[in-house]
Amino acid sequence: MAIWSTEASSGELTIKIQGRFDFSAHQEFRDAYEKVSEEPKGYIVDMKETTYLDSSALGMLLLLRDHAGGDNSHIEIVNCNPDVKKILTISNFEQLFTIR
Amino acid sequence: MDTVALTVASSEGPQEVLRILIADDNDSDRLILQTIVRKEGHTVYTARDGQEAIDIFREQSPDIVLLDALMPNVDGFQAARTIKALAGDDLVPIIFLTSLRDATSLADCLAAGGLDFLSKPYNRIILQAKIKAFASMRRLHETVQRQRDEISLHNDRLIHEQEVAKQVFDNIAHPGCIDAPNIKYLLSPMAVFNGDLVLASRKPSGGMYVFLGDFTGHGLPAAIGAMPVSEIFYGMAQKGFSLQDILREINKKLKRILPVGVFCCACMYDLSFRKRSAEVWIGGLPDVLVYRKGNRTIENLKSRHLPLGVVDNDRFKNETTVIQLDFGDKIYLWSDGIIEATNDQGEMFGEDRVRDVIASTPDAEAIFSAIEAAVEKHAGRGEQDDDYTMVEVTMVNEEDMGEYFADRGKSFLAGGPKDWSMTYELRPQTLREFNPLPLITHLLMEVPGLRPHSGKIYTILSELYSNALEHGVLGLHSELKASADGFARYYMERTKKLSDLYEGSVKFYVDHHPVKDGGVLTILVEDTGPGFDFKSKEQVSHKTEGYSGRGIPLIRTMCRSVRYLEPGNKVEVVFDWHVDV
Repeated sequence: MAIWSTEASSGELTIKIQGRFDFSAHQEFRDAYEKVSEEPKGYIVDMKETTYLDSSALGMLLLLRDHAGGDNSHIEIVNCNPDVKKILTISNFEQLFTIR
Repeated sequence: MDTVALTVASSEGPQEVLRILIADDNDSDRLILQTIVRKEGHTVYTARDGQEAIDIFREQSPDIVLLDALMPNVDGFQAARTIKALAGDDLVPIIFLTSLRDATSLADCLAAGGLDFLSKPYNRIILQAKIKAFASMRRLHETVQRQRDEISLHNDRLIHEQEVAKQVFDNIAHPGCIDAPNIKYLLSPMAVFNGDLVLASRKPSGGMYVFLGDFTGHGLPAAIGAMPVSEIFYGMAQKGFSLQDILREINKKLKRILPVGVFCCACMYDLSFRKRSAEVWIGGLPDVLVYRKGNRTIENLKSRHLPLGVVDNDRFKNETTVIQLDFGDKIYLWSDGIIEATNDQGEMFGEDRVRDVIASTPDAEAIFSAIEAAVEKHAGRGEQDDDYTMVEVTMVNEEDMGEYFADRGKSFLAGGPKDWSMTYELRPQTLREFNPLPLITHLLMEVPGLRPHSGKIYTILSELYSNALEHGVLGLHSELKASADGFARYYMERTKKLSDLYEGSVKFYVDHHPVKDGGVLTILVEDTGPGFDFKSKEQVSHKTEGYSGRGIPLIRTMCRSVRYLEPGNKVEVVFDWHVDV
């Protein structure tokens, strides 16, 4: 498991998660959005290389959402594989995030 | 393998010492000639008549022969014929020495096997020039001959190596179900060295995968790629991996092992007899044709993707097209060999001719052989050109396949463990240091047909295990996860408490038993914690508030039942599964 974040000039922060996204990622995931130089305008969570997601990862995504302003946040979850997407859908996360 | 050394003799360089035979019955002529030639630094053998010349040739095999035309006993013409016969494939330049002037006699010299003639009296400069010219001709001939021999030797070796490699390939390659009654195919026995590959495998859940691959290039590079493709295809197909998974794996492997520029144009599809459909992926092959038996029409499926082995997996696209098929409908796959087979005028066979053949063949069962015959007729097949690869697969009622699938199907689903249970208890040291989920998942994937459900099963196991370990054994409370800091604290405590864990355990009880076309998987997880008041906390709906409590609702959507047992430290999940979901 590994997490990277990159700040784009457009003001968006992209967080990439590689491998299993589960409880063991919580600190790294939190650092990815808390330790930024400037408050981003929006967030992109890139799940292209995420193989699996558990319920604690769902909690972490919600923490990010609240950090980013809750209902006023702009977070896109992109490039999910079918398994990951299914878990997000079952948990009704498309009501809270933009899932592409 | 050695490389063929292509060297061409150079005519320059230091004066070459030649061994030259001079045959002349005239002593003074012979002496003059001998003196001139020796002065040039060559070794000279002399003979006084034709017979002597032949004898010396036999013993010494000189490089060049200078032969008087008219000699006693055996004359020059006869000696030339004999010497030529003795030399066989070797070139021994014979130059006639003659005082004859008439054209007929001179022509006779050449007819007898001489390469040239030298008129008496001898001109020293011309003699030197001719010896030099013929020596270089001889060298050239030797080079050509040696290279011819080397090439022929290499060719023999190559064919032998290919035969051995083919045998190895056949031994490794799984027979699959390419001989199923609903498949017809055309593939040369050595096609693997043309870069063509046809694979078919029955799926554990019913239905079949069909794969046609066409590697760029010929020979070894193509054959080397065919091995892993075949191994991955059969290995993963049997274990029930999806079409997409298999294609991704093949792409990844080929991208890694093949040099840039070598890749595999391919089509793979998943044929479901139950759903009467085919899910098709095409990368770089000619259009796949779908023949509709009902109205005898043809539909094209176009390649939408790059061939396998071109891009890395993160850019690899595995979107597929699903088509519905009626019984008797047929899918045709081919490498470009068929479509591009050219006739004497350089015209390709082309798709239009394929369509014409199908249109003029009312009997659907005769289409395959009609196409084959038409291609052969078109291309003339003067020399055995085996580059035609074609597969026809017919949608059939699985029950009509008779014995073939009944037996195969049984052996496929009967192959692995289906009816078993196990108990797996993880004690403190193991809980501290080991994640049991991959192991248990792996064990479950041995159940034939269960693999397509691996994602769900992993989720179920993982949620149950987290709850048992974190709430049961470690005594952590979800309430802690109410805030961001609490969330972090929860996992900090988890790490701390786990590293200090010296008592408690988590026990998995896993039971699988088969039912028709599927199975029932029961997973019971018990921890040594005090349990909890599940009756008041049991939650059915998915909440949108709070950072925790999503695990159980998530797995409820995947299972027949999720049930806590008193005193709340045991949870039992029943998961039903069926093939061809």
